[in-house]
Amino acid sequence: MKFTAKVTIGLKEGMLDPEARAIQHALANIGFATEGLSTARVFTITLEAEDRAAAEAQVEQMCERLLANPVIHRYEVEVLA
Amino acid sequence: MKFAVVQFGGSNCDRDVQYVISEVCGVDCDLVWYKDGLKEDYDAIVLPGGFSYGDYLRAGAIAARTGVMDAVVRHAQAGGLVLGICNGAQIGAESGMVPGIFTINASPTFICKPVCLRVEENTSPFTRLFKKGEVVRIPIAHKEGRYVASPEELARLNAEERVAFRFCDEQGEVTPAVNPNGAAENITGVLGGPARNVLCMMPHPERASEEVLGSADGKKVFLGMIKSIEERE
Repeated sequence: MKFTAKVTIGLKEGMLDPEARAIQHALANIGFATEGLSTARVFTITLEAEDRAAAEAQVEQMCERLLANPVIHRYEVEVLA
Repeated sequence: MKFAVVQFGGSNCDRDVQYVISEVCGVDCDLVWYKDGLKEDYDAIVLPGGFSYGDYLRAGAIAARTGVMDAVVRHAQAGGLVLGICNGAQIGAESGMVPGIFTINASPTFICKPVCLRVEENTSPFTRLFKKGEVVRIPIAHKEGRYVASPEELARLNAEERVAFRFCDEQGEVTPAVNPNGAAENITGVLGGPARNVLCMMPHPERASEEVLGSADGKKVFLGMIKSIEERE
């Protein structure tokens, strides 16, 4: 079966996010005050798998082995229908 | 004695390193395209600077998962010398040859300038020709060079004398003011491998290997490697 998974990779709690800080400054410069801002990357992955659980396991492996670096990242995997 | 410099798509300091090793230091040095693999038994492998795979995903992440890196990691585990410079340092960290990661600078801009480094130890093959505590001048050029590691890893690096270089001022003081990229504890050179036979460093020693370039301090990194290999032979 074909599955589509959405992977969101962000920084772990407390990690410095220089890009977010730069964006926050840019927003302030055009008049938007923000109390917090964080960035994350979203990957949409389509793959063949036996079932939903197998699809999720494969995508988790992708995160562990390449997409995320455990030193700084956390990730969430959501398998869509 | 023979060195190899591994070229990835996007490497751009490969020829500079080869020039320094072969022309300045007088040692044979092959340029090896990553797809060709390491066909010879090299004495030392250098992962050069550049922007492998456009720094997509994270700097060094994609290059670290190429087949040639399996061979480089095996070489390191067997005690062979590996030097990762800039993008090569990022590739080395992503390959797990040293702990931690070199990620986006605290101020997310590209920084290219000469900096002062304090030599933190002088018993590794790369640092043996320096004095402990010596201040050297080697330039940096990166946007993703901020060293990050867990508090436990940092404690272990310090305890095992695996920190090679820290950013410092001209007097050797290590302060936040002279930390150009926000690196943890000003660290910019980390030793790995079973015998501290791997060095991942963000500054470019090949750009400081001849006086005409303003500093020849970086040459000692290569000469230290060569001396260690000679003693082994």
